[in-house]
Amino acid sequence: MEYEVVIGLEIHVELLTESKMFCGCSARTFGEKPNTLTCPVCLGMPGSLPVINEKAIEYTVKTGLALNCNIAPFSQFHRKNYFYPDMVKNYQISQYDLPLCTNGYIEVEMDGHSRRVGITRVHLEEDTGKLVHVGGAGRIAGAEYSLVDFNRSGVPLMEIVTKPDIRSPDEAKAFLQKLKSILEHLEVSDCNMEQGSLRCDANVSIRPVGSKELGIKTEVKNMNSFKALQRALAYEVERQKEILEQGGVVEQETRHWDDVKNVTTSLRTKEYAHDYRYFPEPDLVPIELDREWIESLRVSLPELPDARKKRFQEQYALSSSDASFLTSSKALGDFFEECMKSYSDVKKVSNWMMGELLYHLNAANMEIDECAVTPKHLVQLLKLIDDGTISGKIAKAVFEEMFETGKLPQIIVEEKGLTQITDEEELTRIVELVLEENPGVVEDYRKGRERALGFLVGQVMRLTKGRANPQLVNKLLRERL
Amino acid sequence: MELYKLTAHELHKMLKERKISAVELCRSVFSRIGQVEDKIRAYITLTEERALAKAREVDEKIKAGKQLSPLAGIPTAIKDNMCTKGLLTTCASKILQNYIPIYTARAVERLFAQDIVLTGKTNMDEFAMGSSTENSAFFVTRNPWNLETVPGGSSGGSAAAVAAGEAILSLGSDTGGSIRQPAALCGVVGFKPTYGLVSRYGLVAFASSLDQIGPITKDVTDCALLLNYIAGHDPLDSTSLRVKIPDYMKALVNEVKGLKIGVPVELMGEGIQTEVREAIENAIKLLEDLGALCQEVSLPHLDYALSAYYIIAPAEASSNLARFDGVRYGYRTPQKVEDIMEMYFRTRAEGFGSEVKRRIMLGTYALSAGYYEAYYGQAQKVRTLIVNDFNKAFEKFDVLISPTSPTVAFKIGEKYEDPLRMYMSDICTIPVNLAGIPAISIPCGQADGLPVGLQIMGKPLDEETILRVAYTFERNFGYEEKPNL
Ligand SMILES: [Zn+2]
Repeated sequence: MEYEVVIGLEIHVELLTESKMFCGCSARTFGEKPNTLTCPVCLGMPGSLPVINEKAIEYTVKTGLALNCNIAPFSQFHRKNYFYPDMVKNYQISQYDLPLCTNGYIEVEMDGHSRRVGITRVHLEEDTGKLVHVGGAGRIAGAEYSLVDFNRSGVPLMEIVTKPDIRSPDEAKAFLQKLKSILEHLEVSDCNMEQGSLRCDANVSIRPVGSKELGIKTEVKNMNSFKALQRALAYEVERQKEILEQGGVVEQETRHWDDVKNVTTSLRTKEYAHDYRYFPEPDLVPIELDREWIESLRVSLPELPDARKKRFQEQYALSSSDASFLTSSKALGDFFEECMKSYSDVKKVSNWMMGELLYHLNAANMEIDECAVTPKHLVQLLKLIDDGTISGKIAKAVFEEMFETGKLPQIIVEEKGLTQITDEEELTRIVELVLEENPGVVEDYRKGRERALGFLVGQVMRLTKGRANPQLVNKLLRERL
Repeated sequence: MELYKLTAHELHKMLKERKISAVELCRSVFSRIGQVEDKIRAYITLTEERALAKAREVDEKIKAGKQLSPLAGIPTAIKDNMCTKGLLTTCASKILQNYIPIYTARAVERLFAQDIVLTGKTNMDEFAMGSSTENSAFFVTRNPWNLETVPGGSSGGSAAAVAAGEAILSLGSDTGGSIRQPAALCGVVGFKPTYGLVSRYGLVAFASSLDQIGPITKDVTDCALLLNYIAGHDPLDSTSLRVKIPDYMKALVNEVKGLKIGVPVELMGEGIQTEVREAIENAIKLLEDLGALCQEVSLPHLDYALSAYYIIAPAEASSNLARFDGVRYGYRTPQKVEDIMEMYFRTRAEGFGSEVKRRIMLGTYALSAGYYEAYYGQAQKVRTLIVNDFNKAFEKFDVLISPTSPTVAFKIGEKYEDPLRMYMSDICTIPVNLAGIPAISIPCGQADGLPVGLQIMGKPLDEETILRVAYTFERNFGYEEKPNL
């Protein structure tokens, strides 16, 4: 049977606010010593009260506007009640039936054409603490004891929930990449998946093509890279297909993606139907947003990836796919534009970015803004090629060196003596040496074998360690043959 | 002279004129505590050493000729549900029996800034749930007027301490009448301010949308004085009101001529003890004699206030009390458990008293899927109707008056086993919390040798008119009786 894949995503985004959602503690918690960024409020000490971080509201509304959502003039926080040891109050302050943003969409490009994925809602909530299980292989089952780090408790989380509009694991990945790029352009989150500031859960189900009813879904968690998302979803789709094809029934459950073993495993079946007993948070007054304020935010939104892509095509005469690539993350686009300030050859910059730079980034599993190569490095390198100081081949070696060390290309070239040899006298000497040493090859060439020339050029390059100017070598060889 | 018998404003004058020292005053109160505390049992924690040190500090200030706050050196008791940094804060619950907060409640901090002398933390119904202080996990507090009777609740310790001279001033908290009802039963003054006037930061929450901290004092003047220092916007409490706080002492005007006073018929009918009703009727007569215009008024939805309250308060409480789980602080079951769920179950089963459990279950039920609309949603609608009733009444009247408690202090144990009868004790005070308006209770007579409280309710943020009526009544009524201990 032919199946249709139905995927909905829930994305948690850690906001780039200075302080936490409901207190003044620093929200920049990554890598900090456990339990050092806490206070009575984020520890949920008896008597403590939450106070809304207005910046978090602003970031969420900005996001909602960028995702074409309706912004609620009146919204409210609720309490979501359940017991868990990493949750200080045993309720989470979240939004329920009155979220800040509803009913938006994102255009996602897949194989050259664009599809619209609906956004059900964008709301705000507080993060919980983090459990560290000691013993028992880091899982709660079998652990000797568990420690809790509350640094993260109360960090503002924005939750973006899509409609079940996504039709393939590839599309899910494309959606998440687009969303990430939008959030980066808005500068509301650093969107670092490894550090958990962008977390994605997926609801996956399949149904016979043509069926209108939704199949039984599973919730897949713990996918902390784009690759993981794509692979986990592909695995889960196949798993469900197999079950259905064998006449089985998919169990509604939460599944954990194991990135090492490449499988999803059952985390918990829904034995307890959760009753969160939501009710309006009585410690917070409802949020009433001023229409004018919302409009002023709308006007002040930065350029978003779609608009930037369009501008890149127009301003730099880039192809649609090149422009798409260069706007797929804010850092890439910024890098490109920074290069364009001091260099005019669009094609060269984009080729080097999509070629060497991307290759090394992927190999090192790095983001562009994490690596040592800056626009200044790249432009300087391109200029060294242009003025003939180094060859394109040498340039690749220089690039590798500067990617690793962060040294400027000029310095690398000087330190390693990589300047191209354009001195005719010096090259003539070497050319004559090569001709003397390879009489047989010379003979071959003279008999009309063009390929022999390539060998002789190669020999010159070998002796000059690739520094000889290839055009000049060719010219000198031909003159003497 | 027995200094513990005097009021804060009298004592301030004497301190300022150097007729007494703060240490003398502190010793007077603690020697009174030494005499009567065994009988009353108002305190969970006494802080004598700390109090004396503070009193010495105040005396130093006086000697140095520094400006003296009207509260400086005044021995003050704090209900044990307000956090005090470094000092046991138990909420009279086993689950917090060893809990020492890392911060101080805002209202208490404000008083510390005025150099009050903290006498200790007072007994209460566990987590402020109750109307008799019999629900304390530790011991029962007794009414100074008759040791066989309850002091009321849940701020029974704070009210009894002031009534017995074991503190000059005290702070209580009022969720459904927990300041006013014990004040009435102990023959002292108790004030529940407008919701949001006093910061709740550091008050261990019972029902967030109803809780409010307020003064319990010997007279209306002290009440205004104390209110002056605890009221005011707090950026750490989102429900705290951003309003200019008047000088409440200026509201103490002996004049009610032309004031319109409404008497809600719903609070004067069945269930009100005859002697209590008579005392209130006498109070009405007195106010009329002084030129006020008193008239009956109907607030039809007050009949549903108790029902709405016993949905909303437990619902909020069930959530507020979820944090007491034995994971991070407080009591944890010593028994061996299989998993975290069992640890929660046992800790909470062993740590909470029966009234608290009853309300947690009520609240959990009222909020659960399928019942939310029928209970919580409905109760919120009733709440709105009650607010509307009050708004309408206040279009016509400056204040409303009623009994504070339907009866005088009842016998210890009398209602303890019958929660519904106990809940009726707050029937006159609960509507005020639902509406978020201010109200005071002041002594207005006696029945069976026990005090009767008069409740005066006002418009939101109109504390001043309430204080004025209360002050005028107090001046002209001349209630001088004191408990005989
Ligand atoms: Zn904090």
